[in-house]
Amino acid sequence: MAQLWHSLTGPWRALPARRRQRLTWACSILLLLIFPLVDKAFKWGVVNDVTDVLVLVILSLGLNIVVGYAGLLDLGYAAFFAIGAYATGVLTWPGHPLQWNFWIVIWAAVIVAAFFGIIIGTPTLRLRGDYLAIVTLAFGEIVPVVMRNLGSLTIGIGPWRLVSDFNLTNGVQGLNPVGRPSLFGFTFSFDPTPWYYLILVIAALVIFANVRLQDSRLGRAWMALREDETAADCMGVDPIRTKLLAFAIGASFSGFAGAFYAAKLQAIFPELFKFNLSIMILCMVILGGMGNIKGVVIGGMLLQLFDRVILTQTTFFVRYIGQTFHIAPLATVDLSLWRWFFFGLAMVVIMVLKPEGLFPSAARRAELHAADEETAQPAERG
Amino acid sequence: MALLEARRISKQFGGLAAVSDLSLDIEKGAIASLIGPNGAGKTTFFNMVSGIYKPTSGQMVLDGREIGGLRPNRATALGLGRTFQNIRLFSNMTALENVLVGMNCRLKSAWYGALLRTPSVVQEEAKARQRAQELLVYVGLGGKGETVAKNLPYGLQRRLEIARALATQPKLMLLDEPTAGMNPLETVDAMALIKRVRDELGVTILLIEHDMKVVMSISEYITVLDYGAKIAEGTPEQVRANPRVIEAYLGKGVAAGIRRAKQQVVAKTER
Repeated sequence: MAQLWHSLTGPWRALPARRRQRLTWACSILLLLIFPLVDKAFKWGVVNDVTDVLVLVILSLGLNIVVGYAGLLDLGYAAFFAIGAYATGVLTWPGHPLQWNFWIVIWAAVIVAAFFGIIIGTPTLRLRGDYLAIVTLAFGEIVPVVMRNLGSLTIGIGPWRLVSDFNLTNGVQGLNPVGRPSLFGFTFSFDPTPWYYLILVIAALVIFANVRLQDSRLGRAWMALREDETAADCMGVDPIRTKLLAFAIGASFSGFAGAFYAAKLQAIFPELFKFNLSIMILCMVILGGMGNIKGVVIGGMLLQLFDRVILTQTTFFVRYIGQTFHIAPLATVDLSLWRWFFFGLAMVVIMVLKPEGLFPSAARRAELHAADEETAQPAERG
Repeated sequence: MALLEARRISKQFGGLAAVSDLSLDIEKGAIASLIGPNGAGKTTFFNMVSGIYKPTSGQMVLDGREIGGLRPNRATALGLGRTFQNIRLFSNMTALENVLVGMNCRLKSAWYGALLRTPSVVQEEAKARQRAQELLVYVGLGGKGETVAKNLPYGLQRRLEIARALATQPKLMLLDEPTAGMNPLETVDAMALIKRVRDELGVTILLIEHDMKVVMSISEYITVLDYGAKIAEGTPEQVRANPRVIEAYLGKGVAAGIRRAKQQVVAKTER
């Protein structure tokens, strides 16, 4: 079996590494581009789900900058997603006088999210590790609560009122509807395919930014901070600037995702941005391999595939077994209620067996490889 | 004019005076050493020069500019490089990346430059990589650029720290126990490297060292600290003969014994 696989993949491995990489890229891009057609042909009807998955992948790529590159454990990342979505909602909701064009609003959402990235980043600059995690956790909890309560905003000093009882976020009901994008006279509506292509473009932009930043002066400064903040400072890396840039750029990605998500869903309300979402995104980053773009994308997709497809399919399967063999508890089971249990289990297994993630970065793989060589030939010294 | 001038530097940790009233001049182009028993305040002094600690009082002037209380990255930008007593490399990054981080403050590309990758950014990056490779070759790490730092043998990790510090283009380099934990052969190599850095690159060196063979053979000027205060300074010969230094290192009794023995020898030879 192994030999058969070996001979089948022989011509592929004979290609130079760069060619292989390019072919892989070309194939995956082509697959992603024709996916809606395939979906239509086979009547899967999952384009909408895949679009939602891509939103989460973009979020995990943004979090990858903060957690993966700069090593700042952020447990409240969904807050920036909420801020991006609400910025879009506020600027396009018919209840407000503004109603800007979506293509302007999406950039406004990015800027607002980046701004709040700096706002939350500033008080945490001196914090490390667990303390930072707690503060970001609190920020993630605060934002939805604030959104819920901004249904009646009053700003004033004493008797003087700047704003009185202004309905910014429409409270618990949230903003509905949100302005839709339109392009060359075509308005995005309930057909998921145009949304799919739009998110594909955004995902491409975000991946592009991730790749370019990773191998740049700033990317190296982030990683140096992650490794040893004091040493990085002594080597001329300004920790304040560098951390704030990580927060701002990481948050700006979720601004994109938030704007898109709000427009696609046509409604936003505080319940969408709960703590679970932050944890889900963090799980996606950790599962694939922190600090590695390919790992984060594939790991995130796998987790979502598991959540949306495998869990429901397995539920049907288990129920079928329960009905066939008359086992009452199995016949009525709903495994999707157990999703957090399975996520937790997956995290524990990953942390024990493969702490660098499913698809570790080249550097980490090289390092594991070197460790293997060392144990194989202990006599050799460099 | 001296490259580094410390004027009456003190550092208090609560009630403990780690360094008190220390004045020190390091001449440009010198290899100078800071020695003293454990807990004498040597590393505390290094941390004040490099900006990790802010001196409680006193002035620290590097090449005519006050650096006391500046944040470490500002001091680095003004020409201060250092290594650490316990190696503090970016252990999960490659050797080349470690050196490139050292160049960080000499590069100009901003985040948008990294995104757009303009010709000037590409050129700067290529130059930086070439320079980093040269530095790796210089310290004897040629061909190890792609090795992850923590997988390098101990001696090479020390060398990589020096390469990383050199990448910041320092005027003054602080080496905190550069030969600690090395075998005699590695120690000889490390001393040769330090000499080369001074002779060929013109970097002034101030080092902390416990190995007296290293200190006496490499340094041109030695300052001795004990309990945070300067007790002696001068050339290796002067310091070696200084009774207060012997006292600090070996204790009063032994020092007195040595003095007595010397007197006896002198008396004998006179007789």
